[in-house]
Amino acid sequence: MVSPEPSSVAYDLLRWMPLIPLLASGFNLFFGRALGKQTAGALAAAAVGASFALACYVFWQLPAHGIWRDTVYTWIESGSFQVALSFQVDALTAVMLLIVTGIGFLIHLYSLGYMAHDEDRVRFFVYLNLFIFFMLLLVMGDNLLILFVGWEGVGLCSYLLIGFWHHDHNNTIAGNKAFIVNRIGDFGFILGIFVLVTELGRQGIWTLDFVELQQHVKMLEPATITLITVLLFVGAAGKSAQLPLFVWLPDAMAGPTPVSALIHAATMVTAGVYMTARLHFLFILAPATLALIAVIGAATAFFAATIALTQNDIKKVLAYSTVSQLGYMFLAVGVGAFGTAIFHVFTHAFFKACLFLGSGSVIHALGGEQDMRKMGGLKGFMPVTYWTYLVATLAIAGVPFTAGFFSKDLILWQTFSHGATGLWSIGLITAGMTTFYMFRQLFMVFHGECRVDAHAKAHLHESPAVMTLPLMILAAGSIFSGWLGAPEYLWGSRWEHWLEPVLGVSEVHHDSVSTEMIITLLTLGVVVSGFLLAFVNYRKTGAQTGSQAGGGLFYQISFNKFYVDEFYDLAIVRPFTALASFFARIIDPWVIDGTVNGVATTARRFSNIWRYLQTGNVQHYAAMFLTGALALLAYFLGQL
Amino acid sequence: MVALHHYLILSAVIFAIGVIGVLIRRNLIVVLMSIELMLNAVNLTFIAFSRYLGSADGQVSVFFVMAVAAAEAVIGLAIIISVFRHRQSLDPQEMQLLKW
Repeated sequence: MVSPEPSSVAYDLLRWMPLIPLLASGFNLFFGRALGKQTAGALAAAAVGASFALACYVFWQLPAHGIWRDTVYTWIESGSFQVALSFQVDALTAVMLLIVTGIGFLIHLYSLGYMAHDEDRVRFFVYLNLFIFFMLLLVMGDNLLILFVGWEGVGLCSYLLIGFWHHDHNNTIAGNKAFIVNRIGDFGFILGIFVLVTELGRQGIWTLDFVELQQHVKMLEPATITLITVLLFVGAAGKSAQLPLFVWLPDAMAGPTPVSALIHAATMVTAGVYMTARLHFLFILAPATLALIAVIGAATAFFAATIALTQNDIKKVLAYSTVSQLGYMFLAVGVGAFGTAIFHVFTHAFFKACLFLGSGSVIHALGGEQDMRKMGGLKGFMPVTYWTYLVATLAIAGVPFTAGFFSKDLILWQTFSHGATGLWSIGLITAGMTTFYMFRQLFMVFHGECRVDAHAKAHLHESPAVMTLPLMILAAGSIFSGWLGAPEYLWGSRWEHWLEPVLGVSEVHHDSVSTEMIITLLTLGVVVSGFLLAFVNYRKTGAQTGSQAGGGLFYQISFNKFYVDEFYDLAIVRPFTALASFFARIIDPWVIDGTVNGVATTARRFSNIWRYLQTGNVQHYAAMFLTGALALLAYFLGQL
Repeated sequence: MVALHHYLILSAVIFAIGVIGVLIRRNLIVVLMSIELMLNAVNLTFIAFSRYLGSADGQVSVFFVMAVAAAEAVIGLAIIISVFRHRQSLDPQEMQLLKW
């Protein structure tokens, strides 16, 4: 299981990867306006580009079994407990680096076009660069504390960017919701860290360092490990929008579309998957937790897909699709296939970023319209957007030889060969639903008659090159990124070998190739039927698109998102606010203030009695002096 | 023969006179003089014991007390003069600004 001890080499270059975006962010914060809006944006994009170049170099140079480290300084030192501000790059981090900086760079480029008309775009780029910094901290940190700082930092940037257009109160509320729901998860996460540190400390090991943790984790009791991993998974479920904490992600679409693409699809929301992969040595010791993760992942995938079937907002469909795909990733984690989960993170980053940016291109062209019922027939107006969107749709649906085909099929195959047939069938049905809702969207937006109102139609235009170029690159990635992880019966996977030094040799059996092919064909069958269903119903749109009122019970439930928000509002938010207002109106003014003020009042009344002793007359004081001295004298004489 | 207790009794009487002067006189200069009385009563005790015990320690203390008393008299008189210029009065009963 454990590969030979990886060689750890110090390498000072690493710190510049997060530092450059941070510096650009700080520079733009203070001098961005003076620099001019266009230049500030270009600077931000260039900074991420520089990080991307460094990431490519590191990826290229990193030896297969190597770990590169860069210790900046010792952050906390308390007895034998030490935490360093230290970065590390191994195979897993290198992959995440490429995703974060690569996709991040493309989306920065895209934002130059998308945000071109926004007054406040300097602030936008400040936040975006700050996000890249924190995300790099998250994936590069060599101990749990650095990871946690990055984890909280990306949460903050997510909050800031969801509420970027804060003039609309709804956006601010969405930002708050994301932040608060994430707090719940983060609370579990930090509790998990605390338990881990204290339990290891009880064995005499005071460390948060991943390498050392991996060496010593076997000293822990199985029950303790289960507790720790469940708590950590609560954090992952919050950040990666799993049941029951997924509610913030669809609302997070209130932010600008590049943000949805970068933060709420490609990078930040996959942090939970990254964290479980980084701590895989902990999770594989807790089979009960893994089983829980698999069930929650499959349930989330299925549940979110059913909601996505009926949504009419172009970004809401993609948001629920993201939740669903994240469910797939956790399904893979749950069956112990960490490498496959990261593989899906990798491919998903391409096609989901492409889809979001494509939808952003559509929204941009329509002047802010997001309702798919008011779109249609855009294929002729926006050919580049259409073709890239089609490619990404094929990829997420899992059409053969696109990226999604390889990664999703691998997850389903791993689940099946793990013996979890029930979860596998849920994943299979979800794959069908994914195809259905994605092609439903494609048909509603780009095919059929054009339902755009006349005013917006006059302005219809293909997006500028700075926006379409990232789309084309991402579309290419949506196909070819999957080819790294091909199944055995094609040309075999390079992916698993790359991650082996970190994640260990995969336990999955490759022996039954014929079974694997049958499973793939089954999946394909489901995908094709999903496509046909969408084709029949939505190819000639118009009749079905507006049928919100006419749907049956299931339609209503799905359209209203299973009333989860309403349920949370009733079960948690309202009792909580009622309790809070009870405390605010009764407990706080009467009990808390009453106690504090009561103490003060008592002291004041008491001292009011005695203050009159202080006459201001020197001779009175001298008399008291004398009385005291005589009393003391009398006392000591009495002692004799 | 004047014995030790004669000195001590005299010293106690002078000290008591000084204390009473500090407590009841209405003139700050007299109060200051009463303080000098108290100090010198103590000096007398020091000298008496010094003689009785045949040790020079008491005499050393007396020199310190006298030096401090001189400094105290200088500062005290300076304060009294400036108070008088300010208020045209030396009655301590009228100086009660620093109270509740």
